[in-house]
Parts: sequence; structure tokens; C-alpha cells
Amino acid sequence: MKLSGAQILCETLLEQGADTIFGYPGGAVLNIYDALYQYQDRIRHIITAHEQGAAHAADGYARATGKTGVVLATSGPGATNLVTGIATAYMDSVPMVAITGNVGVPLIGKDSFQEVYIAGITMPITKHNFVVGRVEELADTVREAFQIAQSGRPGPVLIDIPKDITAAMCEYEPKPAVQPTEEGFVVADEDLRRIAAEINAAQRPVIYYGGGIVASGAYQELLELMHKADIPAAGTIMSLGSLPAEEPLYLGMVGMHGKVSSGWAVDRADLLLSIGARFSDRVATNIDRFAPKARVIHIDVDAAEINKNLPTDDFLVSDAKTFLAGVLPYVREAKHSEWRAQIDVWREKLDYKPQDAADCLRPHQIVRLCAELGGEDLIFTTDVGQHQMWTAQYCGRSHPRQLLTSGGLGTMGFGYGAAIGAKVARPNQPVIHVTGDGSFHMNLNELCTTVTYELPVITVIMNNQVLGMVRQWQSMFYEKRYSSTTLERKTDYVKLAEAFGAQGFRCTTPEEFRAALTKALAHQGPTVIDCVVDRDERVLPMIAAGQDIRNIIAD
Amino acid sequence: MHSNKYIVTALVRNHAGVLARVASLFGRRAFNIDSLTASATTDAKVSRMSIIVTADEKILEQVMKQVSKLHEVIWIKQLDEEDSYCKELVFVKMSTPDALSRNAIREIAEVYHANVVESVGDTMIVELTEVPSRIDAFLDVISNFETIEICRSGVTAMVK
Repeated sequence: MKLSGAQILCETLLEQGADTIFGYPGGAVLNIYDALYQYQDRIRHIITAHEQGAAHAADGYARATGKTGVVLATSGPGATNLVTGIATAYMDSVPMVAITGNVGVPLIGKDSFQEVYIAGITMPITKHNFVVGRVEELADTVREAFQIAQSGRPGPVLIDIPKDITAAMCEYEPKPAVQPTEEGFVVADEDLRRIAAEINAAQRPVIYYGGGIVASGAYQELLELMHKADIPAAGTIMSLGSLPAEEPLYLGMVGMHGKVSSGWAVDRADLLLSIGARFSDRVATNIDRFAPKARVIHIDVDAAEINKNLPTDDFLVSDAKTFLAGVLPYVREAKHSEWRAQIDVWREKLDYKPQDAADCLRPHQIVRLCAELGGEDLIFTTDVGQHQMWTAQYCGRSHPRQLLTSGGLGTMGFGYGAAIGAKVARPNQPVIHVTGDGSFHMNLNELCTTVTYELPVITVIMNNQVLGMVRQWQSMFYEKRYSSTTLERKTDYVKLAEAFGAQGFRCTTPEEFRAALTKALAHQGPTVIDCVVDRDERVLPMIAAGQDIRNIIAD
Repeated sequence: MHSNKYIVTALVRNHAGVLARVASLFGRRAFNIDSLTASATTDAKVSRMSIIVTADEKILEQVMKQVSKLHEVIWIKQLDEEDSYCKELVFVKMSTPDALSRNAIREIAEVYHANVVESVGDTMIVELTEVPSRIDAFLDVISNFETIEICRSGVTAMVK
């Protein structure tokens, strides 16, 4: 069967089960869009306001489902607008395939209109990228891209396709969807036995786990290990929702804004079993004093993570689920009553417990009301800053893939696109985008997308008139010199929402917020809720960069 | 930790941009690259890269792991001068205003098995093909004379 390059692209996307893509048209992708017109009954294309929004939407789609997200953009500025979105996915190991058009092969290198070397630009922020040189290579390139994106440690892959290749014809033969490679699925029994023996010997064990648990779907296995060997577990922001919020062995988030008790548990542990986490500087704020008493065992599917940030005592290169399922039979049932009693004391005495207010909106109350009214299926997305940390601290998710947040790159403006992707992927689950007045201004243009597609995404703005997180650092470490963080913008968010065709509310008390959110959850289209928050609210507790749990700030 | 020079050899898929990928990785991770050579192999689809990095053992471990993560890297190995053939070529152009300096340089060249490939007027060009450590030693001795230009090829290496 002879097809054009553009048709082959559509066919191979369908082969991989990619029936939804996010994108924005342009000159270099005209042939692809012409094919998408032909394939519109099989491939749903969502057009955003800006390519960055499309990239974040593909990312949010992938985070919400575990499927590979697909984004399509034209050459030049279309391609460069994807860069932040690709880098965001790369830092958080999200499987994504980004497709860019480029000028035709004869025009490459001539500084042609809308020409950019996107393969060069994205080299350090993709697992791999391709420039398709011949139409005959296109189908296998798309297949390989999906396989790379999904295998081992997932991540984004970019395919750059010159325009003439999308028009050229060649023979197309359908193939089944690619499967991830075996990377990380093969482990030696002796390694599992050795690590089990180390776990069995521990008196004060702690599991420290991250996004690898989500990527491999190892929730049940993690819980089984914790229960069998009586091991408390602290998670990174990327892992939130992996364990039931009420699980007694769950220590909560660990790190810069993690729980005090989880910080002390890691500090005093004699064994730290790290699974699918990477000891980032936002968790190990002082790498030399992180888990100082512990024997550290590092399990990661990416061999390069071993010894990268923290020297480990033992390790295994393995997918989290493969490791957990493999090690479980060798781990003895145990009780660590004294250790758990000690942790309970820290929880009771040291954990930060914010006070509710009735006459004003405190951030933790906003998040808890979202969680309460949105229910257990609610998906949160966030931008970056104080609101992100408050959401992480109080979202109380008990299922994975329900807190979509830019943990590694820290991308302000991520949340709205991500919410679009999540809502498209999970139409039956409520989606709340928590943001700040700083972050929301970065990509609020995407309101037009949710209005057009009637996506009931709810935006909750913690509006404190300042760039809260930067201000918090200025307040604590720069003697309150609030350089460029007092925004005091005049934006009327209710009118803004209405101008886009969405509905808007403004709230100053928990009662008002409850009423507004109830209306928003019943509404068929998007809502923006402007929540007035005091500018001196801080994210607590906090361990400053370079400090450790001994210097935690909790009041 | 103590920094050393390490020789790393890799087989890579001979695709456009593979050199940029490796160079970009070194830039991004702040690895120090002393020299990098790329050349053909018997298989037209595969190229060989020989890289000298200055690193401590911890960084070297990261270099090996991060480079091997690149999709187009097929195989990578760290080599020691003892268990591999590894040579580098250097040309040194020197100012030799008098017979005394010319003779002294000829003597040094003889000791290091270097060749005087040109001696015209006040300048002399010496060529040496050796293991990198011997080249470093040679350049160290020759630095007592006035050097106009040095050109090193970067290492090429093969496992014994």
C-alpha cells in the first residue's frame, strides 16, 4: 500500500495506540494536517493557544494515563515553543513523542523561512531525537521513537520531519505496537537475596521512593513490602498518591518542604532503601548529611543514577516493580515497634499543623476543600511555587497519577496545559488546576482551549499579589528586600474568565470558596476561582538549601 | 578526589549529529574533555570515538554511564595505556635561532624517538607519535625552548 509520509505518520501513530494528539498547525506541517483531516475519525487533534500549552497537555495526558503523549508543531518558532514542555517531561521522565515539521530537505541549512535546527536544540532535553532523511525511514523511526520513550527510564523523544518527506510516497506495511525493551526487567536472584538480607538485618529501616514507583506501577508491591517487613516509607513529590493517604506506614513527602517526621525518620534510619528516586537537591538538601546513619541501597532502572548524587552502599539496576516483586519472597516478616513508636512521637510533637481560619482563606484550607469536594478521583495539576508545595502537602491523594506537577524542571505555566491533557485523557474525573497569580499569567491563554473543547477544568488561583516562593526566600534570606516580586497586578480574573467564555468567581473565605467550587464542579465548562490569600503566608516546614533536618524551619 | 586523565573508547552509530550528541552531553554534565577523535571502522555504519577526559573516579563513572545511555552509543570501555594500543600524534614548531638550540632539540628528539620533519631557517618542526603520557613528557622537556605552535591529534586507541 503506497501512502504519503503524512499518512504513514498517522498510520504509525495509530499502530502505537496514539489516538489523541495535541498540536498547532503551520507551513511545514501542512501535509500532516491534511492527513489529519482525513484521519479525523480515528485521531483526535486538540489545538491549543500556543505550542507550549500543547507540549504540557501531551505531558499531562501521559502523566494521567501512563501512555505516551504526542505533540505536533510546525518548524521554527513552533518547534522552539515546545522546548520548555519537552524539558519539563525530560526532567520528570515522562514518555512523550514530539513531532516537528521542518523546511524541505533542499532548503535545510539555507536559513529558510521558519527553519531551526530543533534536533540540535533538543539534544540535551530528549532521550533521543531523529531527523528523518527519507520517507522510507519514517515508519520505523516513529516506532523506534515510541519504543525509546517507553523503555527503561521513560522520557521524551523528538522526530523532525522535513516537509517534502511528508509529501513523498512510499510503501507502508502495518506492524503491531512496539513493546518496551527488557531494560530493567532482568535481575539476578543473588542480588535480590543479598538486598533482602540487608533489609532483614535492619532495625530502623526506611523506604525512600520516587516517580519510579509510578512509572512501573509498583504500588501494590511497595505496600506489600512495607507491610511484610514493617517498613515506613517516605515519598518524593513525583510519587505522591502511590500509597493510600491513610496508610499508617506512610510517612508523607520528604525533602525541603516535606514532613518533619519523615525528615527525622530518614535522618535516624539505619537502612535507607531508595526505589525509583534520585536524591535530588530538593530532597537531599545537604547531600553529605542525608541519611547519615543509614546503609543506603539504591534501586533504579537508570544505571547512571547510581552514585550520581549520593554514594551508595549497595545497588541494583532494576525496574521498581521487578525489584519489589522479586525481593518480597526473601524478605522476612518483621516488627519494628520501637522504631515506629519513635516515628509516632515525631509525628505528634514535631509535624507542622496549620491552623484553620474562618474569616480568610488559608492555602492549606483551599487545597483540603478541593480534595474534599473533588473526591478521591480528583486530579490536581499545579504550576510552580508556593501553591505547588501547598498542593503537594495537603492534596491527600490515595491513587497515583492524580497530582501532575513539574517536580524536576519547576516549570511555571505547566499546570493549565497539563490539566487540558489530563481532562482529555480522563473525562470522567474532575480536574483542578491549582496555580498562583504569578504562574497563571504565564499560560492563561489556554483558557480559550478549555472553552472551545468544553473541558470543565477548574483553575484555583492562590492570589497573594506576589511571587510568593521567591518572596519567601527574600523574606528569609535577603532581609525582606522584595526585588521584583511584588506584582500587584490589576488583572480581574472573573472578567478575564468571562472574556474567554469561561465562568469566574472571587472568594475571600472558606465558605465562599466552598460555594464557588461546588458550582464549578457541576459546571460543564471551565471555571476560574480567584482566591484571595495573604502575601505573608509561607510554605512550612522548610529546610533551606544546604541545610538538613536539624535546621528545619517550622514556625 | 584526585583527578586523572582517562582514555575512553566507544563505538557509535555513524549517524549525522552523533559527535554533537557526545559533545553536548559533556557540556551539559560539565565533564572535561581533553581530546576527542572520531574515525571510520570496518563497518560503514559504525564509527569509533576515542576520548580523553580529565576526571576523578566518581566523575569517570558518570562519564561512562551517561555516554552509554546515548541511544547511538553501541559499546564503551575505559582503556589503560598498558592494556591497549593507544597513540597520539603531535607536531611542534619551534624557534631555533642558533645551531646550539637546533642540536639540543635534535638530541631530545632522538631520546623520544621523535622525527625532525622540517628544519628551515630559524624554525624546526618535530613530529612524535606516542602514548599520551610520553607526549606530555616530551612537551614538558621541549617547553624549555621557544615553541611557536603545537598541534596534537587527540588519541586513537584499540584494545589489545
